[in-house]
Amino acid sequence: MGDVALSIEQLKVEVEGREILHNISLEMKLGETHVLFGPNGSGKTTLLMAIMGFPKYRVTKGKIVFKGQNITKLPLDERARLGIGMSFQRPPVVRGVKTRDMVAACLKGQDQEELISQLAAKADLADFLDREINYGFSGGELKRSELMQLLAQRPTLTLIDEPESGVDLVNIALIGELLNNLLEKDCPIPERKCMGLIITHTGHILDYVNARTGYVMCDGVIGCEGDPHEILATIREKGYEECVKCFMRRAPSG
Amino acid sequence: MVKTASSEKHKDKARAATAKPAAYGEDIDLGAYVSSTEEQPYQADPSKLPARAKKRMLEAGVILDDPGQRAGTFIQMDNAPVHSSVRQEGVEVMAVSQALEKYDWLSDYWWQAVAVDTDKFTANIELNKHNGYFIRALPGYKTIYPVQTCLYLAKARLAQNVHNIIIAEENSELHIITGCTTASNEEAGLHLGVSEFYIKKGAKVTFTMIHSWNPEVAVRPRTGVMVEENGLFLSNYVLTKPVRSLQMYPTARCVGENAVVRFNSILVAAPGSSLDVGSRVILDAKGAKTEIISRAITTGGSIVARGYIEGNAPDVKGHLECRGLILMGKGIIHAIPELKGTLAGIDLSHEAAVGKIAEEEVEYLMARGLTRSEATATIVRGFLRVDIEGLPPLLSAELQRAIEASEEDLM
Repeated sequence: MGDVALSIEQLKVEVEGREILHNISLEMKLGETHVLFGPNGSGKTTLLMAIMGFPKYRVTKGKIVFKGQNITKLPLDERARLGIGMSFQRPPVVRGVKTRDMVAACLKGQDQEELISQLAAKADLADFLDREINYGFSGGELKRSELMQLLAQRPTLTLIDEPESGVDLVNIALIGELLNNLLEKDCPIPERKCMGLIITHTGHILDYVNARTGYVMCDGVIGCEGDPHEILATIREKGYEECVKCFMRRAPSG
Repeated sequence: MVKTASSEKHKDKARAATAKPAAYGEDIDLGAYVSSTEEQPYQADPSKLPARAKKRMLEAGVILDDPGQRAGTFIQMDNAPVHSSVRQEGVEVMAVSQALEKYDWLSDYWWQAVAVDTDKFTANIELNKHNGYFIRALPGYKTIYPVQTCLYLAKARLAQNVHNIIIAEENSELHIITGCTTASNEEAGLHLGVSEFYIKKGAKVTFTMIHSWNPEVAVRPRTGVMVEENGLFLSNYVLTKPVRSLQMYPTARCVGENAVVRFNSILVAAPGSSLDVGSRVILDAKGAKTEIISRAITTGGSIVARGYIEGNAPDVKGHLECRGLILMGKGIIHAIPELKGTLAGIDLSHEAAVGKIAEEEVEYLMARGLTRSEATATIVRGFLRVDIEGLPPLLSAELQRAIEASEEDLM
């Protein structure tokens, strides 16, 4: 097994003065994919945004250590250059900036043209390269475009917010494929150079990716940790209410 | 001389308008500028012009050392033409004074697209020594390379009076790139320019104008365009360098069925620059179409971005898009889009937006590894990117270069 590459310790995060995450701790090793479950408003997105380093998500206590470096106070762009990447759930339209420009920005310093075409073909977005980024894209197109950019960026840690939301069945297979490519599913775990933290609402994505660990978030804490398929089965059977009840019966633990 | 063509009627009208203020923009005291009647030596080989002048001209898109990619060249310094040449069959390029002597009929076009009594600036041009270019594409001739023209302000505190006539005869195609600039980086000057465009049936004209003045120059162009049946007029205007005061509101009239007009403007106002720039299109014939796009950026100067579309005929269509970005400091952008329809069955629309760069967009790019300043530059570059349909690739590339040259100043 690889070393711990992401370690979150006792993290408290507030947004606009309100504490959303309370004492979150988790660890990830290279090659692993972890999944975050949880009802709406439980803090899943906040955790991803805080790891990525968006200024609005303020860490008030605890720390984030990535590849041995304390990045808690590092700006967003430096974290990106250090190897953290994110697939946005609702990426903004940037007028006049083409999809091609975004992929090129992700590829910084690498041989461009041909690689961009290859990536676009892979994501079935060849016709989108010269369109304004995210402008008039469908749900599936947005997701594929986000993953195409991440495939260009090749982050060590990929943060993905609901890859299956707003996506039809045809798209989800392709998205699963892109995700697996990004997370090096076909490569033996010890040789993988990357890891993923995925928010899923429905769990559909578990049919496509190999996730090792699952967490259930409730009210800004991690209430449960375990096999993601087992967790999903429980949630499907009993709903999040049962998770919350179960969590309330136990003492909260990381 | 030009005098012979201008009937007394024009002079009388002009005299009556010498005190008439312009409809827009701050007033300018014409008495603060000198007029020049000096002749300049004719320069058969424009590459022999002084290096400094050539450099300034190049910054405004005028290439004199290697004119292989130009169909013709015209250069005017102050009020005197110094060079005109043509490299392509079917195109005429000469000083308008010379054209008036050559063609009796030219007086029929004189002050027809722009009224001589529009304001004191048009009157000043008519009543004082002036010159300009005459460019004509003969029927059916299509130029590949653009004709380039340069209006150069050489003498300090001069009022430059320009009157241009452009005629695209039936089914011709003409591309023009015009650069207006000044010899000095700091001397005051005044550029007054009338341009009258006549686009005949089925003709196509693209007109790309790059202004490169200095922080003390005042500029008052007055442009009128008449577009006949199935004609196309495509104008691109780029101003990215400082200027003291610039006001213009070119007006195009679609007088023939299915005529098309497009105006694209890119405006950058540095601190101290005051711009009042608009485009006006009157759709007077069935099926006429227009699109007006402007992008305004201020880094501290003030910009009034106007637009006006009027629909007076069935099945006309017009869209006006006006977007402004306040990059820093206390810049002002005032977008004034106007639409007027006078009958049923027309389709006019506009969108206008003024704002700052959205933080969400900056962060999106930063999450891909770009620094804050790289992200901002990328967004600004995108903002200024106007994909121009119908512009030859060569001109498109030159236009893009002119715009990109401004990016360094912006950041």
